[in-house]
Amino acid sequence: MIHFVLLISRQGKVRLTKWYSPYPQKERTKVIRELSGLILTRGPKLCNFVEWRGFKVVYRRYASLYFCMCINQDDNELEILEIIHHYVEILDRYFGSVCELDLIFNFHKAYYILDELLIAGELQESSKKTVARHIAAQDSLVETAKEQASSLSNIIAEATK
Amino acid sequence: MNPFSSGTRLRDMIRSIRACKTAAEERAVVRKECAAIRAAISENDQDYRHRNLAKLMFIHMLGYPTHFGQMECLKSIASPGFPEKRIGYLGLMLLLDERQEVLMLVTNSIKQDLNHTNQYIVGLALCALGNICSAEMARDLAPEVERLLQFRDPNIRKKAALCTIRIIRKVPDLAENFINSAASLLKEKHHGVLLTGVQLCTDLCKISSEALEYFRKKCTEGVVKVLKDLANSPYAPEYDIAGITDPFLHIRLLKFLRVLGQGDVDTSDCMNDILAQVATKTESNKNAGNAILYECVATIMSIEDNGGLRVLAINILGRFLSNRDNNIRYVALNMLMRAITVDSQAVQRHRATILECVKDSDASIRKRALELVYLLVNESNVKPLTKELIDYLEVSEPEFRGDLTAKICSIVEKFSPEKIWYIDQMLKVLSEAGNYVKDDVWHALIVVITNASNLHGYAVRSLYRLVQTAGDQEILVRVAVWCIGEYGDMLVNNTGFLDMEEPITVTESDAVDVVETAIKRHSSDLTSRAMCLVALLKLSSRFPSCSVRINNIIVQYKGSLVLELQQRALEFGAIVDKHRNIRSTLVERMPVLDEATYSGRRAGSVPAVVSTSQGAPINLPNGVAKTTSAPLVDLLDLSSDDVPVPSSSGGDFLQDLLGVDLSPSSSQTDTNQAQKRGTDVLLDLLSIGTPPAQSNSSIPDMVSPSQDSKSAINVLEQLSSPSAPAGGVSTPPGSSSMMDLLDGFAPNPSKPENNGPAYPSIVAFESSTLKVTFNFSKQPGNQQTTIIEANFSNKTFDAYTDFIFQAAVPKFLQLHLDPASSNTLPASGNGSISQKLRITNSQHSKKSLVMRIRIGYKLNSKDMSEEGQINNFPHGL
Repeated sequence: MIHFVLLISRQGKVRLTKWYSPYPQKERTKVIRELSGLILTRGPKLCNFVEWRGFKVVYRRYASLYFCMCINQDDNELEILEIIHHYVEILDRYFGSVCELDLIFNFHKAYYILDELLIAGELQESSKKTVARHIAAQDSLVETAKEQASSLSNIIAEATK
Repeated sequence: MNPFSSGTRLRDMIRSIRACKTAAEERAVVRKECAAIRAAISENDQDYRHRNLAKLMFIHMLGYPTHFGQMECLKSIASPGFPEKRIGYLGLMLLLDERQEVLMLVTNSIKQDLNHTNQYIVGLALCALGNICSAEMARDLAPEVERLLQFRDPNIRKKAALCTIRIIRKVPDLAENFINSAASLLKEKHHGVLLTGVQLCTDLCKISSEALEYFRKKCTEGVVKVLKDLANSPYAPEYDIAGITDPFLHIRLLKFLRVLGQGDVDTSDCMNDILAQVATKTESNKNAGNAILYECVATIMSIEDNGGLRVLAINILGRFLSNRDNNIRYVALNMLMRAITVDSQAVQRHRATILECVKDSDASIRKRALELVYLLVNESNVKPLTKELIDYLEVSEPEFRGDLTAKICSIVEKFSPEKIWYIDQMLKVLSEAGNYVKDDVWHALIVVITNASNLHGYAVRSLYRLVQTAGDQEILVRVAVWCIGEYGDMLVNNTGFLDMEEPITVTESDAVDVVETAIKRHSSDLTSRAMCLVALLKLSSRFPSCSVRINNIIVQYKGSLVLELQQRALEFGAIVDKHRNIRSTLVERMPVLDEATYSGRRAGSVPAVVSTSQGAPINLPNGVAKTTSAPLVDLLDLSSDDVPVPSSSGGDFLQDLLGVDLSPSSSQTDTNQAQKRGTDVLLDLLSIGTPPAQSNSSIPDMVSPSQDSKSAINVLEQLSSPSAPAGGVSTPPGSSSMMDLLDGFAPNPSKPENNGPAYPSIVAFESSTLKVTFNFSKQPGNQQTTIIEANFSNKTFDAYTDFIFQAAVPKFLQLHLDPASSNTLPASGNGSISQKLRITNSQHSKKSLVMRIRIGYKLNSKDMSEEGQINNFPHGL
């Protein structure tokens, strides 16, 4: 089971956090700080796993972003690497060669996509096409709602996009 | 009305936050935004709720408090449109977690949305429920989710399946309701549904044995077929990763098979072919393929024995281990840890490679490898392995040294073939990484040295040499100072010179020099200085010519601000000065410290594999000491600094030692207490101040040294009187067989585990008031049935009346209780009640016995009851 997902930039800025196990707010900040210290300092050729508090954190770096997932001791680390890559490919397809800025300004989109991929810390879908289809369908639902709404809400939707 | 008047757009807010140069600037921007959002909330502004929520989420991600926005999420979820719901649910999952009361308020909205006509809204609700639901919500909404498992759209079915996983994790009681609908998901063709369905079934099996039985019977063949079809499926672009169709599904199917096959021979047989196929046919040049192979190996290792498959699996691991990719090597080490219990010979073959991994530049790999090496050590390879590890200790990185040192010490203590080797290795470790050595380890070293009377001279000379070169290692200095204090004359006279030693000339004042340097060293702490003072006192008697000089050193501490040092300096100074006639009797050599007490502790942490092996690594000084100390073992020992397999054998041993069946947490505290006690006694014997880490126990030591030393003497007295019972309640057969368990060292011809029907007695239950011991016997010809004679004894000073013993066992056991010998239990262990139990184990040799007990009695006509669970039964009953 994946306990949480973190996206951390090379400078240690948090770009996305998703918690599937209960961590109180204070604890979350502590976890993030601890893990950034552990992961960002590791050299490029080392393995992608860090043992931490009896769990394992699997991470993978894409450009300036570290994608981290925390799993149990006996989970399959290699598979988690595949899941991370799966997520990145879907993001890439959605944004069209995704970069960190896309994820900053459209962080909610990154969350929506993650929610189509993982629920309860387990993988939900192994087909990138299916995920993309569901996201597109929901985006178009939002679009339609926007068109139907008054001019004022039209502006609001635009603003939050 | 100008729509832009009430705040900025999300994009603009993010921009302005990113433009901030300092943290203070950022805080200012966030404060302004938060103020605007609060204002909008209090005006109940609906037009901008959507945008404000998005902003709040961003602010939340930066780590600022956003609790004031929680109710907005709820309102947003309750509004009818999809866009509002979508952002509302996202906010709910981000800003709240399952412990917040607010969450309960959303249950009703989620329930409505689960019944919505728009499937995407149902999807949102399922997603939120799956990610953050609490136990109460799980109970309330389980029926809705169960219904959605049969929804027409696969997108909803898969979400419902994962949501179910969350529900049954929160409320395991609900698992049984989902078995049938979960089983039907296994017949799906849609990959998403199948993927989640398999995962759900795996989780169900872990929670409910009923589910496990059901899936084993009904679904094994189906799952094997699905895996077979998947492994042989032609190229499917939608699911293809590196030439493999849906590795995620592969892995989940293998995991499910593992759960099904574990502990069931028939089911395991059923999957042999497909496992062999996956293990041989999967491409291993990409990560996806390796992930499948890794999972496949894990499954092969866990299911019931099939020699051929296991060879295949070990070979795959061997290939992994020589891979250049660090990830692959890491998982190989990880899996070899599990393989070692299955086939340690095969793992031994890779020893050289594993040893190389201990020296890897990658901390994760080093750690794994070290743990594996630790499990690989045995009597035959301990010398070369230890040498390698100690050599590496010299060049290892500081942050790794702690782990490495602890492991080396533990290996040396457990497997040392002779004392001189033990002393040599420990001294090497002390001089390389002395400051990483734990207290009980060097205490044990001193115990060993005192017991090796022929090596006293050798040890003190080696220490003298090492201190010259590695005087900055505080622990080494402590041991050296202690030994010089005790055996200083041997150092000077070259007593007990061994052939292999290099000759050395040390004068009396050289020896005093060492102690003086140590006590004056800036970094020496209280313990070291206190030990130095004691050593000086002892030397003043051994070397009368240095007496004046020693007195001068001691005098310097008379004004010490540290009470302990001041007191010692004053008292010792007086002895040196005024009481010459009694000095030599006062500072005679320490009596030999009891080694069995310490070795008993070490045996407690030896893994089962090892304890069965032959040989007595350390010769005991005399046979008597061993047996007499048996009742004391539970008083003194049990620091488990390094239990290699805490869950299994080590833990059992500890529980046996404690004689109580305890939950992990409480056994931990007991262990600590025991450890503290053990250390205290030793510290008293060594007559040193306690290190600051144990401040709790150190206070009484420092304040009243005389009282403590008295208690230490008591302990010694008990050691020497063979029949001294500990607490007056130990039953002789029980305690002696406990000693058998403990004692991997004594050349004991009858090992309990090889001895067929004779099983060691156990202390099944012990509390402050009551002790229960079990003696076992078997009826000849009926292996399944065990006859247990339970003996109860009363530890208090009041008799118990209306004593009643009740026991319950799981379904695979049958229990028959004979009437008890009495229902009154006399006080203070003066007599006991015995009762016969007959247990029939239908899973004999597969599962071991467990039992839950309750004991009721009247104490001064007040009803009392005690409960406990016993799982320290000997294996094979």
